[in-house]
Amino acid sequence: MSEQVNTAQQFPGQVHDLPGGGIVLSKLDDVINWARSNSLWPLTFATSCCGIEMMATASAKYDFSRFGFEVARATPRQADVIIIAGTIVNKMAPVLKRLYDQMADPKYVIAMGACAISGGPFFYNTYSVVKGADHVIPVDVYVAGCPPRPEALLHALISLQEKIKMGMTREQIRTGKE
Amino acid sequence: MLTNEQIKNKLIEKFGDVLTDFSEPYGMLTFEAPKDLNLKVMQFLYDDAELGFQFLTDLQAVHYPHDKGRELAVVYHLHNLKDNVRIRFKVFTSIEQPDVFTATKLYEAANWMERETYDFFGVNFIGHPNLKRVLNVDEMDYFPMRKEFPLEDQTRVDKDDEMFGRGGSFN
Repeated sequence: MSEQVNTAQQFPGQVHDLPGGGIVLSKLDDVINWARSNSLWPLTFATSCCGIEMMATASAKYDFSRFGFEVARATPRQADVIIIAGTIVNKMAPVLKRLYDQMADPKYVIAMGACAISGGPFFYNTYSVVKGADHVIPVDVYVAGCPPRPEALLHALISLQEKIKMGMTREQIRTGKE
Repeated sequence: MLTNEQIKNKLIEKFGDVLTDFSEPYGMLTFEAPKDLNLKVMQFLYDDAELGFQFLTDLQAVHYPHDKGRELAVVYHLHNLKDNVRIRFKVFTSIEQPDVFTATKLYEAANWMERETYDFFGVNFIGHPNLKRVLNVDEMDYFPMRKEFPLEDQTRVDKDDEMFGRGGSFN
């Protein structure tokens, strides 16, 4: 197993220190992705019990602002990442799609917990639950758990940052092709 | 203090023997009324100075698929807030014509409760101001809490009845 490296502070490029200053060599895309990944504002979107774990992750003990998930925004216009924390029912699906459409580019999606991944405990015998939020919007990171612990959500958020730095999120791939 | 006996006597005095099946499960007075009398019974329970059942706690339906001609039961839970007494009464209707008079004129609270009961059981509340689905999507074309829909997928093999206390060697 490879060792986890904190890439948050690592600058994507070369820094040459010279007397009286220095020279920085890098690609603009890499610098932009580096900047974006370290300032991701999540949308407050909790539809069931996973939301409680998301609140715990946001509050003092786990405190996801340490990693740049500074403030949870209550409007999609100001949010960069939507954490789907909970069950998506058929009636909620158009609302989720609309929220996603209202978010400004670039935008990222995390599916938190079994319900958002596959419908979870409601996979069988249901008349109302969407079997996975990725039937509605594209998902970048899936977090397993029912609900996942705050550590798991933090790991997912850090994984998302790595993905953004590599330019491998769904949106980056889609816009790169155009 | 209002007792179950007093309520029962007042109801029988007013309506005679059309009210049936009086019982007191767990101390709560329960009876059955003919479905075209549901409003008259509720109005009497609401208006009578001594009874004063002016709060509708809950309203829902039950599906009895084997009870031909009276498949759907609508159950009303009423509360007298002054004496803190609760009662419950049911009306039965056939599933082919599930028409029941609305209680919205008497209890504002019945509005959403009747919409929910319509949503899940398809009870048609006559006179309701806005009888449409409240929890499920509008496009849904069936009533999911009716018992023609099995509780679980019958083709599943991964759930062992023995582990759920219904059959197997535990019977």
